[in-house]
Amino acid sequence: METLTTILTGVLVSVATYLILSRSVLRVILGTAVLSHAAHLLIMSMGRGLKSGEVPILTDEALSYVDPLPQALILTSIVISFAVTAILLVLAYRTYRETGTDNLFEWRGIKDE
Amino acid sequence: MNNLVVLPMVIPVLAGILFVFFRNQIKLQRWISFIVMIGNIGIAAYLLHLNQIAGIQRIDFSGWMPPFGISFVADSFALILVLLTSLVAAICLIYAFSSIGEAREKMYFYSFVNFLVAGVNGSFLTGDLFNLYVCFEIMLLASYVLIALGGEKVQLRESIKYVLINVLSSWFFLVAIAYLYGAIGTLNMAHISERIAESGQTPLLTVISIVFLTVFALKAGLLLYFWLPGSYSIAPTAVAALFGALLTKVGIYAMIRVFTLFFYHDPSITHTFITVLAALTLIGGSIGAVAYKDIRLIVTYNVVIAVGFILVGLAVATPEALEGSIYYLMHDMIVKALLFLLAGTMISVTGTTRIDEMSGLIRNYPLLGWMFFIVMLSLAGVPPLSGFIGKVLVGQGTIETGSYILLALAFLSSIFVLYSLLRVFLQCFWGETIISSEDEIPMKNGWMIPCAILTIGTIVLGLGAEFIFPYVSDAANTLLNPSDYIDAVLTQD
Repeated sequence: METLTTILTGVLVSVATYLILSRSVLRVILGTAVLSHAAHLLIMSMGRGLKSGEVPILTDEALSYVDPLPQALILTSIVISFAVTAILLVLAYRTYRETGTDNLFEWRGIKDE
Repeated sequence: MNNLVVLPMVIPVLAGILFVFFRNQIKLQRWISFIVMIGNIGIAAYLLHLNQIAGIQRIDFSGWMPPFGISFVADSFALILVLLTSLVAAICLIYAFSSIGEAREKMYFYSFVNFLVAGVNGSFLTGDLFNLYVCFEIMLLASYVLIALGGEKVQLRESIKYVLINVLSSWFFLVAIAYLYGAIGTLNMAHISERIAESGQTPLLTVISIVFLTVFALKAGLLLYFWLPGSYSIAPTAVAALFGALLTKVGIYAMIRVFTLFFYHDPSITHTFITVLAALTLIGGSIGAVAYKDIRLIVTYNVVIAVGFILVGLAVATPEALEGSIYYLMHDMIVKALLFLLAGTMISVTGTTRIDEMSGLIRNYPLLGWMFFIVMLSLAGVPPLSGFIGKVLVGQGTIETGSYILLALAFLSSIFVLYSLLRVFLQCFWGETIISSEDEIPMKNGWMIPCAILTIGTIVLGLGAEFIFPYVSDAANTLLNPSDYIDAVLTQD
């Protein structure tokens, strides 16, 4: 299971890289979102025992349990990436309204005022 | 256990939230933000004093003992930086009162300054690696807003670049944390240090350390500074001063912490990387500082040179060099804020950013000119101003370890700093006065007072070195003896 998630992480990173290198700002933002999901999967696969079928609770009777920390990290990180994506979308929209284009190559030419 | 430790982060957060409900009460927001920063100065100074008597202070949140819970750890290094952050933020706020404009103030400017300071202080104080990431993000989110606030075209363009590069570096940070957690199985900084010391720094850990180095190099502007001049030069003066004084310093702090606490076992690889990066940064920054005629770019490239110089101290890592780095870090926070404020004031009074369009300002604004002269001497390292001591100590460290190339580059870069600012001084303050006394824009007290306070700050930091030195030396001592830090965090009390 860890191997599968790691391969999936790799696929997501390559998809995200492709998206981030494109010209349309919306694709770039989607790329950053996919990239953060890849990081979340990576943290998850670092937790070990992905498919042991246990709950992350340690009681007196429990024989084994799943490390709960990666889940906590991922939750925090999802919230942060949500906030960053939101702010990026707003910024991109404002820039689109000001310049009339979503092409990153054309933004480059904006003169400093 | 000391509850005061968390206050430098909590108070600004609460103040920032409070301002959301009092959007139009600008006077109130100004006063509360200013009082918050002054209060933080007091708390940090008291804790720093306590540190010398009672050792490193910490707080374990909701009673979870380390390494299981998150804790804030206040050692001298962190507290010195919190103290200066609060000081610089207070002074930049005074400047902002009379320069930032009502439109920005009503769009929650003070909220975001408070969030920024909370994130910076949290990054300095936290004792948990993932919490460091979270505090970085708090700081960065606030800075995204501050840099874009105002919504001019050039601001929007630069802020998109700034946000994207930081999203990418945060991603690397997360990946590095994931790998380290996979390899070591803990996130508490003291515990990580202990486990790495037990298991030895395996090649796997060294690779992870290089990922961390990449992350912090991006944040601090160590060689990977390509995003820095653009984004720092378009923000309003008070914001640019805050950024120039604080944001790169957080990256430097994280780098010093990580490479003195975790990855200090294999310096032949990690510290060689830092040496090369620092040397290239000094060269690149020096070229940038003399290449432009836009005063904002000259000033931002000076930030880059300082980053390289401070990390020379980390690269050689002798006690003197680390003391020098810490001292230079303190000096640089004050002086870079001052430099940005002075440059911003010059732009405000002349209405142009190009130095070849300014001339003879010393006749119109003598005080501004002399303060620029003092900051120039201080940055170049002329005694008795504050830049001198840091440079001497770092130089001493490089000589002891025999890294003469680094020594030569570090001191050549000082000459470039002097040259780049002397060019500004000669061009803008000397020469024919082109602004007649009729259309001279009157100097505001709100502009001059913060600059004057910072100028006094750099003189005091230089003359009072004897008094400040015990704190700096204690900070360097903790950095060099990770066991002190580990004992303070992992012992139960």
